[in-house]
Amino acid sequence: MGPRQQLDTKVRDRTTHARGVGTSPPRPDAPLKVLGRFAYASDLHIDGMLWGATVRSPHPRARILGVDIGQALAIRGVATVLTAEDVPGHRFYGIKVADQPVLAAHEVRYVGEPVAIVAADHPETARRAVEAVTVEYEVQAPLTDPESSLAGDGDPIDPGGNVARHVRIRHGDVAAARSRAEIVIEAEYRSGVQDPAFLGPEAGLAVPDGSGGIDLYVAAQWIHDDRRQVAAALGLDPGMVRLTLSGVGGAFGGREDLSVHIHACMLALRMGRPVKMSYNREESFVGHVHRHPSRIRVELGARRDGTLVYSKVRLLLDGGAYTSTSQIVIANASYFAAGAYAVDHVEIDGYAVYTNNPPRGAMRGFGAVQACYAIESAMDRLAGELDMDAVELRIRNAIQAGDLLPTGQVIDGPAPTRELLDHLRSLPLPPKRPAAGEDLRRLPGGVGNTTHGEAVVRGVGYALGMKAIGFSGGVDDISTARVSVSVAGGRPVAEVYSAASECGQGIVAVQAQIVRTELGIDSVTVRPADTDIGDAGSSAASRQTWMTGGAVEGACHGVRERILERAARRLGCSPRDLALTPHGVTVPGKGEALVGLADILGHDTIEHTFVYHHRPTEPIDDVRGQGNAHIAFAYAAHRAVVDVDTELGLVRVVELATAQDVGRAMNPQAVEGQIEGGSAQGLGLALLEEVQVEDGFVKNASFTDYLVPTILDMPPMNVRLFEFPHPDSPYGLNGVGEPPTLSSTPAIVNALRNATGLDLPRVPVRPTDLIASLKSDGSPC
Amino acid sequence: MDYLRPRTWQDAVALKTENPAAVPINGGTDLMVEIKFAGRRPACLLDLSHLQVLKGWRKSNGTVELGAGVTYTDVLEHLGGDLPALAIASRTVGSPQIRNRGTIAGNLATASPAGDAHPPLLATGATVRVESMRGVRDVPVGRFFTGPKQNVLEPDELIRAVLVPAARGPQQFSKVGTRNAMVIAVVSFALAFDIPSRHVGTGIGSAAPTPIEAADATAYLEQELDRGGYWEEHRDLPAGTVDGFAERVAAAARPINDVRGPAGYRVHALRVMARRTLRWAWSALETDGTHAH
Ligand SMILES: Cc1cc2nc3c(=O)[nH]c(=O)nc-3n(C[C@H](O)[C@H](O)[C@H](O)COP(=O)(O)OP(=O)(O)OC[C@H]3O[C@@H](n4cnc5c(N)ncnc54)[C@H](O)[C@@H]3O)c2cc1C
Repeated sequence: MGPRQQLDTKVRDRTTHARGVGTSPPRPDAPLKVLGRFAYASDLHIDGMLWGATVRSPHPRARILGVDIGQALAIRGVATVLTAEDVPGHRFYGIKVADQPVLAAHEVRYVGEPVAIVAADHPETARRAVEAVTVEYEVQAPLTDPESSLAGDGDPIDPGGNVARHVRIRHGDVAAARSRAEIVIEAEYRSGVQDPAFLGPEAGLAVPDGSGGIDLYVAAQWIHDDRRQVAAALGLDPGMVRLTLSGVGGAFGGREDLSVHIHACMLALRMGRPVKMSYNREESFVGHVHRHPSRIRVELGARRDGTLVYSKVRLLLDGGAYTSTSQIVIANASYFAAGAYAVDHVEIDGYAVYTNNPPRGAMRGFGAVQACYAIESAMDRLAGELDMDAVELRIRNAIQAGDLLPTGQVIDGPAPTRELLDHLRSLPLPPKRPAAGEDLRRLPGGVGNTTHGEAVVRGVGYALGMKAIGFSGGVDDISTARVSVSVAGGRPVAEVYSAASECGQGIVAVQAQIVRTELGIDSVTVRPADTDIGDAGSSAASRQTWMTGGAVEGACHGVRERILERAARRLGCSPRDLALTPHGVTVPGKGEALVGLADILGHDTIEHTFVYHHRPTEPIDDVRGQGNAHIAFAYAAHRAVVDVDTELGLVRVVELATAQDVGRAMNPQAVEGQIEGGSAQGLGLALLEEVQVEDGFVKNASFTDYLVPTILDMPPMNVRLFEFPHPDSPYGLNGVGEPPTLSSTPAIVNALRNATGLDLPRVPVRPTDLIASLKSDGSPC
Repeated sequence: MDYLRPRTWQDAVALKTENPAAVPINGGTDLMVEIKFAGRRPACLLDLSHLQVLKGWRKSNGTVELGAGVTYTDVLEHLGGDLPALAIASRTVGSPQIRNRGTIAGNLATASPAGDAHPPLLATGATVRVESMRGVRDVPVGRFFTGPKQNVLEPDELIRAVLVPAARGPQQFSKVGTRNAMVIAVVSFALAFDIPSRHVGTGIGSAAPTPIEAADATAYLEQELDRGGYWEEHRDLPAGTVDGFAERVAAAARPINDVRGPAGYRVHALRVMARRTLRWAWSALETDGTHAH
């Protein structure tokens, strides 16, 4: 196979449209966002609306003895104050397990947990009302260390015990393989708490419909599942709850769980008035889930020639106070804990536990990020022990089509691991730093003017990442889309309608591109996403372009069939003898249109709704973790070049090169955007981004102290897209959003190790970690 | 919240006396964050941001007078020659947007131990010109800060200007942050040589409750330079002198552990920065002869 292999266009009549699939037409939202004119959920407004605000727990663990709302209600302008007793329906909610109280009733399990909600005529009044609610707590000792939680220390946090899930994968026979290993390495790697750090805070507007139902406008990733949870909590039939996607200012997994949704609706229904809620930045840090911090112990056995004999991995993820998606995050981390390598003997034990830390859940990469960081760090360690080139070691063991995953599934579809690594290895390295006169912005410390080259050393590191695309483990995942075609002003126009959530990734543009390619119609409108149409599933798991793309493609095919049937009736021939082109209906191979679209349609609208399913999967079993759980896999690799100031512990990433198999770049610019953004997020995890949590309290809930990379931290990227068409997907595409986040982090840390010779077992790497003479607390070694 | 918009500087001073609780607002880059994020609710704002008279600067008798409306961008674009340390520091502040609005006077009034203008102003011996209906007084920067986020301003006083001696020797500024831009200083250091008076000035940020000078270190360095005849002849400085200076700078620090970094790291970094900035400044002197402006 070669890159950019010719795609087979099995589908009859597919056009090559100038703004169709494979092109990068301008995105409708881009100018607005750049100019600051895009309406995000926090900009929602309706006359007469009230403002909601949330009373939150100041303790990581406490019993609630009483809530006094009298003083708050007495404030002029306060409309209502609601507590757990006021929840009309189910009092618990959750994306997978309904274990999180809508409002805490008897106990709080983390700092920031909602206890009461208020509505007032002004956000200031609401804020004062929040302060006026008195909650009496009996404070208890929090359990914040995941190892203690796993060991069963203290009172269990969840009545079912502290282990949210134990994933057990047994492949081959590790005990027997151990004796055949000539070299064994063991190491533990840890990662801190990363925040999705989206710019648009949680916000929504709930509007009662006057007949007991409610409309909710909200920033979300999956409005249908949100509706399911909201309706249950409100005690309403789902049909009475309508969600409309509002402007999403980034998501990255942090909007998979509910935030303002139920609260805004409760307040609005109680008052019979619209209620808006919008978190502030500090609140946002506890108002959404974070990436699970991890402790991963890796043991690798290999032969002297570098062939991996076995791998044994134990993962511990701190899931925080409630389940959220922990059970599938730990599964996903465990599936790929042995990395993108073919190993015959594998033993994996993954644990996600409850603690009194803020809840952790979905974040771009979904567990595979932590696993990739650990295994790719271990691979460099092994290469060091073997005195072998780290890329060579990876290529020798890289998984190929036909190999078995530790879960027993055969790798099908393209698995171009070696091509990715070969490409990166062949790239020239960036030029050496000049001895003097280098622009400060290219040096560690940047404009801080901390070095002019003193103590700066360079390093190069590689990493390879792999993860499943789409929902795994037996979910019958679907997406629904409707395409309609009519004539306006004498020209055919098309409309696409789906509930797919635009989080910034570009799904709006891609849906229009597909319609242009399939139907040859230039003018395509994408309707706002809401729950009046069927489910599109989540903008998560790198699945949305695949799933909703498939639904839009299917809907277009339905529309085309109907158009051709009409034309055939008109022309007195069989639809099979006809084809649809931008000019109208033709006989295949002949350019001249027999009849124009406007003629065929007249005043009618032709529409078709299509529900796309991906291929069936199955859950893994509980004993040996075996099963065909995945629909597809995606691969990415990075090479990082870093400069490190070894005296000050500061870093400048000089270059990040990446190669990724995207199947088909539906919109190359959007794909590159995903890859650059994902790589930046990986850089953040490697060097900067950590929610510092001490005894359950978040210490840096602001963008002053939670640092995401700036343009002076991100180096120029060298991005190479490989397009090996995927056999099962629309257009041969593969999911692209998450893979770059996997390998970016370990490539950078491997480069730091290469530069400094240090172990660096923990990310983010802090300045003190990079100074050989200092301990991590800053004291001298 | 009341909002006062004086037409002239004299009106502003008068309004501040009438409304001592009025909070001045200049670029708003500290104050607006306090209002939006920290929930501060001033009863009254006194807007100074439109007063043209505060936006200028002028040089006379070897001193640059910066009006209270002078921004980091102004310093960066126009004053790099006379105020090199302050210009280097200005370059490290925030983002272009923040540098366009944020003022040196606002930085002083906020009096954060991490304010980036403070170390250069300390190292160059700047003075804060303060005005009220009672009159004008000049406060040396070294005596301006009284604690974390506290300063000597009386409720009726406003900062009118900052007086900074124009450079008569090499200056340096260095700031460690965990990100390469847009970052609050984990620790910072400024160094200024005044060649004609044979004086060395220093300023340390983010390593004590207020920005501080490293008096022992400057005394030591001046003495070593005197003793070795280095003022006359700008030879290479002995490693021992550089280290001796750096040790004394580090010893002046009284840092804390916080989310931005451990105290031990701050002390360590200060030692490294002192050593490096001294070498850079000194080598500028070596290449530049007397460096008298
Ligand atoms: C994103 C961001 C990044 C930042 N980065 C940095 C950084 O890197 N380094 C740094 O040091 N700072 C930084 N800051 C803080 C801020 O920009 C600076 O402190 C700036 O100098 C404040 O000036 P200002 O004119 O905006 O002050 P304002 O916010 O207008 O005022 C600040 C304080 O000074 C008082 N005040 C203003 N003018 C006067 C006067 N004439 N007389 C008396 N009191 C007065 C105000 O009442 C207020 O208390 C940053 C801020 C933001 C938002």
